[in-house]
Amino acid sequence: MAPPLDQLKETPSQTAGPYVHIGCTPNFANIAGVYPADLGASMVNEKTLGDRIDIEGKIFDGTGTPLKDALVEIWQADNNGLYNSPAETRGDADPNFTGWGRQPTDLETGVYRFKTIKPGFVPFPDGRMQAPHISFWIVARGINLGLNTRMYFSDEETANAQDPILLRIEHQVRVETLIGRRKGDIFTFDIHLQGEGETIFFDI
Amino acid sequence: MDNEGPETGAFFARDRQWHPKALVPEYKTSILRSPQKAPISFSNTASEITGPAFGHDILGELDNDLIHNFAEPGKSALGQRIVVHGRILDENGRGVPGVLLEFWQANAGGRYRHKNEGYLAPLDPNFGGCGRTITDKTGYYVFRTVKPGAYPWPNGVNDWRPSHIHFSLFGSGFAQRLITQMYFENDPLIPLCPIVQTINNAAAIKQLVAQLDMANTIPMDARAYKFDIVLRGQRSTMFENKRQGN
Repeated sequence: MAPPLDQLKETPSQTAGPYVHIGCTPNFANIAGVYPADLGASMVNEKTLGDRIDIEGKIFDGTGTPLKDALVEIWQADNNGLYNSPAETRGDADPNFTGWGRQPTDLETGVYRFKTIKPGFVPFPDGRMQAPHISFWIVARGINLGLNTRMYFSDEETANAQDPILLRIEHQVRVETLIGRRKGDIFTFDIHLQGEGETIFFDI
Repeated sequence: MDNEGPETGAFFARDRQWHPKALVPEYKTSILRSPQKAPISFSNTASEITGPAFGHDILGELDNDLIHNFAEPGKSALGQRIVVHGRILDENGRGVPGVLLEFWQANAGGRYRHKNEGYLAPLDPNFGGCGRTITDKTGYYVFRTVKPGAYPWPNGVNDWRPSHIHFSLFGSGFAQRLITQMYFENDPLIPLCPIVQTINNAAAIKQLVAQLDMANTIPMDARAYKFDIVLRGQRSTMFENKRQGN
């Protein structure tokens, strides 16, 4: 028998539980004075380049009830399609844009909300362009492994129609679950964990 | 091959047999919160390979000291004092530098400081329950806290969580994002817990159990527990699949 590969296994996930706010947004959880601010609460400043937008929505369970104890993180490119990350190899991103946001869903209404900018275009590994998109990661009580999805933009129909990932989705009827709908400067992106209109989640 | 700087290749595929399944009916909340359709797979793009970075300058002096970071001056949290430490490795066995770890936990009596928490054990006025740190260039981390208590939770009529500490981790790429929980060696509640048992593999569960580490115990002060965490590994970009002429 061949010797085993010298490789470790990823530590298995466990649910974030109902008290994820204590660790990730302690100021939101009224644990004041430990950190000056909750990480990821602000993504932009007055010098950030690009079109200012809000993204908001709810996360629904299988009965259509919004989750009021979830945590949402987003990761996106800047106005020019560059990520503010040491692993970005294509150039320097806008230093006034973090690209990363973290927000809890409201304890009463279940609404999450991000103040950000519209991202630019990021290439697919084969050189084609992806449509502008924002990566989402959702954790909560009852979610055993964080859920990855993406939001695309309703006002980017041409780019969406050529997006390498959206094109490969077999059940095209489901693509609309990935589209944030624009009204003014607000995009609404609701996430359905299961049932009718279940959002597409990705294994990345 | 050089060991410096972030890798920029795709991450190894996540082993979804090793992780808990989305739907595990014994953990009742998962029933209505688990996607029922297959997740759609695609190769990593820059959107998955990049991720936010956090500098050591965000850290306050007491961020990795839960015994004191919420306590009144001169006071400290009640409970069994422990040091938790270890290394963050990737699946290639390399230490991962710059990993932001955030941790949260119940107090020594098993009570969380949270609006939605209703357990009758009392709050400790000197314990908040959150902390954070960033790994050094070898992937090492350390923090100090009190051992959290076990507590009952509404799932079955009489389900108890074993003592545990929640961990949130950022690697270099957003696809490495991970939340998990650390348990304590020899806790008899581990095999009884429906949340632990969402993981359908004894070897995988063992990865979540910290061991008593007498060598790093601080005599007359705090016991030590060792907990290493593995994040997804990354391919080398040396022989990436590119069209000729590119």
